[in-house]
Order: sequence, then structure tokens, then C-alpha cells
Amino acid sequence: MQTQVNLICTRERLGEAFTELRAATVPNGQVVGDTFNPPEGCNVATGWETFSYQFSTLGGRLAEEIQTVGTKAISAIPALVIYVLIILACMFAYRAIKSFLTSKNDYTSLKTVTFGDESAVRSDFPASIISIVLLFVLWGTFTGSALLPSFLHLPAPFTGQQSFTYTVEGADGTRADAEVFVNVVEAGVAPEEVVFDPGEGLALNDGVEITVYGSELVTWDRNDELKRADGARIVAINGEEFDYDFNNSDDPTNAAPSFDVGFARVTPNHRGSLNIIPEQGWQMQPLYLPAPEVVWYRFIEIAKYGYQNVYLSVHLGFSLFRVIVGFVLGAAVGIPLGYAMGLSNWFRGWFDPIVEFMRPVPPLALIPLVIIWFGIFEVGKIFLLFLAALWIMAIAARSGASGVRITKVHAAYSLGASRWQILRHVIIPNSLPEIFTGARVAMGVCWGTVVAAELVAATEGIGKMITVASKFQNTDIILMGVIIIGLVGFGIDMLMRLAERRLVPWKGKG
Amino acid sequence: MTGLSIDNLSMRFELPNGGHVQALEGVSLDLKAGELLSVLGPSGCGKTTLLNIVAGFLAQTGGKLMLNGHEITGPDAERGMVFQAGALFEWMSVRDNVSFGPRMAGKKKADYMGNVDHLLEIVGLQDFKEKMVYELSGGMQQRVALARCLANDPDVILMDEPLGALDALTREKMQSLVLKLWKETGKTIILITHSVEEALLLGERLIVMAPRPGRIHKEYRLPFADMGVGADLREVKKHPDYAPTREEILNMIWDMEEEIMGTAGEEA
Repeated sequence: MQTQVNLICTRERLGEAFTELRAATVPNGQVVGDTFNPPEGCNVATGWETFSYQFSTLGGRLAEEIQTVGTKAISAIPALVIYVLIILACMFAYRAIKSFLTSKNDYTSLKTVTFGDESAVRSDFPASIISIVLLFVLWGTFTGSALLPSFLHLPAPFTGQQSFTYTVEGADGTRADAEVFVNVVEAGVAPEEVVFDPGEGLALNDGVEITVYGSELVTWDRNDELKRADGARIVAINGEEFDYDFNNSDDPTNAAPSFDVGFARVTPNHRGSLNIIPEQGWQMQPLYLPAPEVVWYRFIEIAKYGYQNVYLSVHLGFSLFRVIVGFVLGAAVGIPLGYAMGLSNWFRGWFDPIVEFMRPVPPLALIPLVIIWFGIFEVGKIFLLFLAALWIMAIAARSGASGVRITKVHAAYSLGASRWQILRHVIIPNSLPEIFTGARVAMGVCWGTVVAAELVAATEGIGKMITVASKFQNTDIILMGVIIIGLVGFGIDMLMRLAERRLVPWKGKG
Repeated sequence: MTGLSIDNLSMRFELPNGGHVQALEGVSLDLKAGELLSVLGPSGCGKTTLLNIVAGFLAQTGGKLMLNGHEITGPDAERGMVFQAGALFEWMSVRDNVSFGPRMAGKKKADYMGNVDHLLEIVGLQDFKEKMVYELSGGMQQRVALARCLANDPDVILMDEPLGALDALTREKMQSLVLKLWKETGKTIILITHSVEEALLLGERLIVMAPRPGRIHKEYRLPFADMGVGADLREVKKHPDYAPTREEILNMIWDMEEEIMGTAGEEA
């Protein structure tokens, strides 16, 4: 057993406290809490004192963190500025073309005040199109996508065969030249054997294969007569001589030289070998960002054959199933709860603290509890989504029910309606717009929650697919999953909006 | 007896800070069946409180309210209400709004549909039956509200500034319509208004209320409503008694408003 004691103490008294503490230490090194008597002027800190002290000293650490974050954020500014400039450039180009093509006599173009006229601000459809196309173009540019003409690509990493020469000097001062043939190959491609003429002399030529984005250490002397073990060392790369003390590599002033041989960077290391890093170009590694068409082919493949023995449709179906069941259950409980809260003081008083307390708790924070309570199968995840939808729907129904204008209720009473009739024909229809708004929010939250819940524990589901893919570094599958999640979430919201327009056409017109 | 009788009505309620408000005191009024009473007064004189008590939305703290021989205890279909705005159900069509009362009473469609269509014709909305109410203009919406109230066939119609939100021209047309409906249906109507002209033109009887406590200050019997039925209301305004009465009432209300402002100034 281990016990930790937090002391509140002056510096002078601290030594005494340690002496006491040692005295209370039983021979095998354990501290027995009961026998420790802090000296005068020292107190064992309570939990709260410890907490508040630690909290107050947090500032220094956080200041460091904010510096790191700030540096990163500042380094992102040039990219942001460039992006904004592209947006503006597209806008001016588009406007110029448009004004050239259309007449200037419609009402909107006759308006002189457009800045600040919010009724004149609408989502510009061509801007949306250009923005999405540009996203894909940038994606293709940074990944060397085959969908783009190659002049739009950023410089690609070097692949193919190239060579450089090295000059070796033996312990007795004899020199010899030899060539290193480097073959840089794409990942996953069976490499061709490097074919080269070994040449002749004291140093023979070498061949090395490197996977793109990789690097290789060449032990050039394995086939040479001049060996490092005999005191031979490299004195020049491509005829460029250098002076480097191989025996004193720890001295910071004695930096190893580095040579750009055109297709790669060659650096002798302190053991005398040559480290070759082929030119990596400006593109993103597929591990970080695969090209769009790679993601698309992956999508086709997984849609056909599934991933890890589960079809894509099953992954997607399970996620949707959970969201829909969870949302329906949440709405089925939340809406009546909200009505009760909107219509009765007692119910409102009863449930307000519960709802207001539970609402800000993100469902994800409850995942560990839910797994302990309900296990990792469907019940647990659906319970989580039920909770996510419940509070949102309850609050929407509450504000919908209490938002009915009293004149409507009065009018219904004077027309002879009973309480139930007023609920059925006045309060419920009046609250539908609010409930639809709540349902849209709840659906969005549920969709976000289901993916996160599946990241933690599931056997099927889009989130699960992403987790598994991340373990195998299948970035293309992760990206595909993210795009599917986004598209489905967007589709759900569009459907809800459509339903809203159909079912509550009076929204905002009361 | 038929008609509405208000006897020594008072309304006093306590405020959270310990004070109290005497909203109404000693209000007595007898309204025969078929009479049209307009109620005027400065703001805060208890007009709306009076109407809410008659409608049954508020319980009085003193006095008695009788309609056709029985006491008024709560809202009921016998007392219809027309509000200034926002009381229509925008999730229903015009026809469904107007037939709301009979539908709630569980009447058969065949029994009420004829009357509903007839009323829509009277208020000039026969071509808008299937429209949703939010597609109509403000004046049309108030005509729907009138028709909805009449479709329920109440004994008394209570109007709380029903034309207050309309523009001047629409308002004039609607005043003629109210008179026409009143004459055709023979309903007892209590009309609360801020407009002295409207009160004069529509009220067969007119009471001016005074504030603090809310009470009846003066009562008039006027000939203009009868003259206005089926006639041009602008002609009625040329009657020799019209302008002097209007001035008298305006001055009365003006004095009361001044008094309120004066005391309010002292309190501040």
C-alpha cells in the first residue's frame, strides 16, 4: 500500500517534518499514516487545500502550453492568408465574368447599399461550387493526384535510379573512387534489383534500394578492399572534399557535413557509413493524406468486399440503426417530459434541476459508465444516444409548450375547447416548429455521439471501421469514413429540413 | 332574465412587494341582449381586466356577474372573444379556424359546414377558405377571427381592440362590417377600443372608464351605431352631435391621462 501525504509547512519546518516522516516509516519502506505526527507549524493538507494549491500553481505549465499553441497558430497564418487571397481572387474573377455576361437592370443589381443589408446576403451557389472544387484541387495538388494534370502537382518525391560517387582514403593515404547506385521505389511495389557494374579497384561500386520517404544507411566498405576497420574513411562525395573528425562526434562544433547530390541528401555518420535520404518533395505522404482517387478506389473496394469481414453497408446500417433508435426513444420520452415541464409548475420544478444538470454533460463522458452498466453491445450505445436526444428534445418541447401565446389559449377556451382539446389542437401544433428545431439539433448530436461511441467499443459501425483502420494506418479508410460520416450527417439534416418545410409550413409565421 | 348583468364588480390583487392594486371598484352595468357597448378609457383604467373577468379568464374579488340568469365562473362558448391579433391558429386553414368551435363541440360536419361557408361569405372570404391563415393580410385575418367567433353562436361577443392593429382604411371597412354583423346576428357585443371615433361609431352605448381605481366615469347612449348600419360611416360623422361628443370625451380622457402622468411624475 502506498500513502501520499501533502504537507502545508514553512520551509524551515520542512526538515523536521521529514525527520518525523522517516521515524514513521516502517523498515520495509511503507509509511503508516496514523503514526506520523507533523511537527508544530506543519499540517497535513486536506484534499481541498491540496487541490487549490495545485490548481494555483498550474499557471506556469499552462503558460508554456499556450506558447506552444500560439506558435503553431501563428505559423498557420500564412496559409490562412493565402487561402483568403484565393477566395477573394475567385470572387473578383467570378464577378468580372458575371457582370460581363449579364445585364445590369434587375432590381438587386440596382441596389447601391449591399454591405450591411442582411436581406441581400444569400449563400452564393457558384461560390459553394468553387469552394468545393478548390478543396479537391488543393487535395490533389498536395497528394499528386492522377485526377489533376501534373503541372498542378507540388514537387513529388524522387523515385527511380540515380547514383553518386564517394572517395575513400585508406590509412596509408591511398585514395579510390566508387559509385553508389540508388533505386528509390514506391511503397508496396516489388523493387527491381539494382543492376550495376561493380567496377574495379580498391573501392567497388554499391547498390541500394530505398522505399520512397524512407532512408538507408550504406555500409560502402562491405565489398571494398579499403575497410573502415582498417582506418579507411570517406573524404569526398561527388568529388567534394570535406573535413570531419569521425572520432569526435560528440563535439557540437564538429558537425557532420551534408551533401545535396541532386536526388538525395547524403550525410556521413560518425561511424563512417553514409546516410542517404532521397528528396521527399513537397507532397504529403500517403500515410498522412492519400490522394482523392485512392480514397475513392478504397471506397469502391470496401463497398464491394467490406473491411475486416464486415460490409460497408453493415457498418453504415448499424450506425444509422443506433442513431434512429436512440433518437426515437429520446424523443418518445423527452417530448412528453418537455410538455409536462412546459405545462405544470410542479413538473417543471421537479425536472428543471435534473435536466439543467444533465444537459451540459456530454454523452461521451458517460461512455465508461454506460459500458460498465450495459456492456459494449447495442443496449449501451442506444442508451447513450437516448440520453443525448432526451435532454435536447425535452428542452425543445418545454420551450414549445410554454411559448404558446396566451391569446390562442384564451380564444380556444372561449370557443368551448376542453383542456385536452387545447393540448391536442393548440399547444401541440404550436410547439411543432420548436420540436423540429430540437429534433434537427438532436439528430446532429446523436450522429456525432454514435461515431465517438463506436470508437470506444463496437464490433460494427462507421466509427468502429475508423478505429480499426487507424490501427493499421489505413489513412485512406479513415478519410473515407470521415467523408461518409460528414455526408450522412449532412443528408440527415437535409431530410429533416425537408420534413420541417412539409410538416410545419407555418414556422416563424405566427 | 336575458342579457348580461354586472353588479358592483371589484378586482383587487396583491403585489409581491406587499402593496396592492385596485384594478376595478364598484363597476355596475346591465346589458340587454343585442346591445353594443363600447368601452373607452386611458391606459390602466381596467378595461381589459373587465373584459377578462366577463370572459371568465379572471375571477373577480367582489361583486356578481350574471349572464342569462346564471353566474359566470369561467370561460365558456357562450361568450366569444375577438382579440387584437395573434389568436388565430396558423396551423389550420381558414375554414378549419372558423369551424373550430363546432368541431370541438363534437358537432357533425354536415350540421356546421353550411353555416361556416355562409359566415365566410358574409365576411367576404369565400374565395380564401382553403388558404392558410398566415397567407392572409391583417384585415382578412381579423375577418376570420370574427367569423370564427360567430360560427360558435355565442350569446355575447367580447372584442379586445379587434381593429387596433389595422391600417386606417381597412379599419373603416371593418367598422362597417362589425355593425353589419351586429345588426344581422343580433348579438350582444362589448367592444374595447382606444379610438374615440370607433367607440362613437360602433357603440350603441358607451362607457368611459377612469383609473385608480378602475371605475365607470360616464355613460352615453348614442344614435350613431343605428345610423351607421348599411350607411357610409363618413356621413354619420357629419351629424351635428358627433363632433361635440367626440371633443367632450377626448377632453375627458385627456384630463385623466394628464392626471396619471402628473402623479407618476411625483412618484418618480
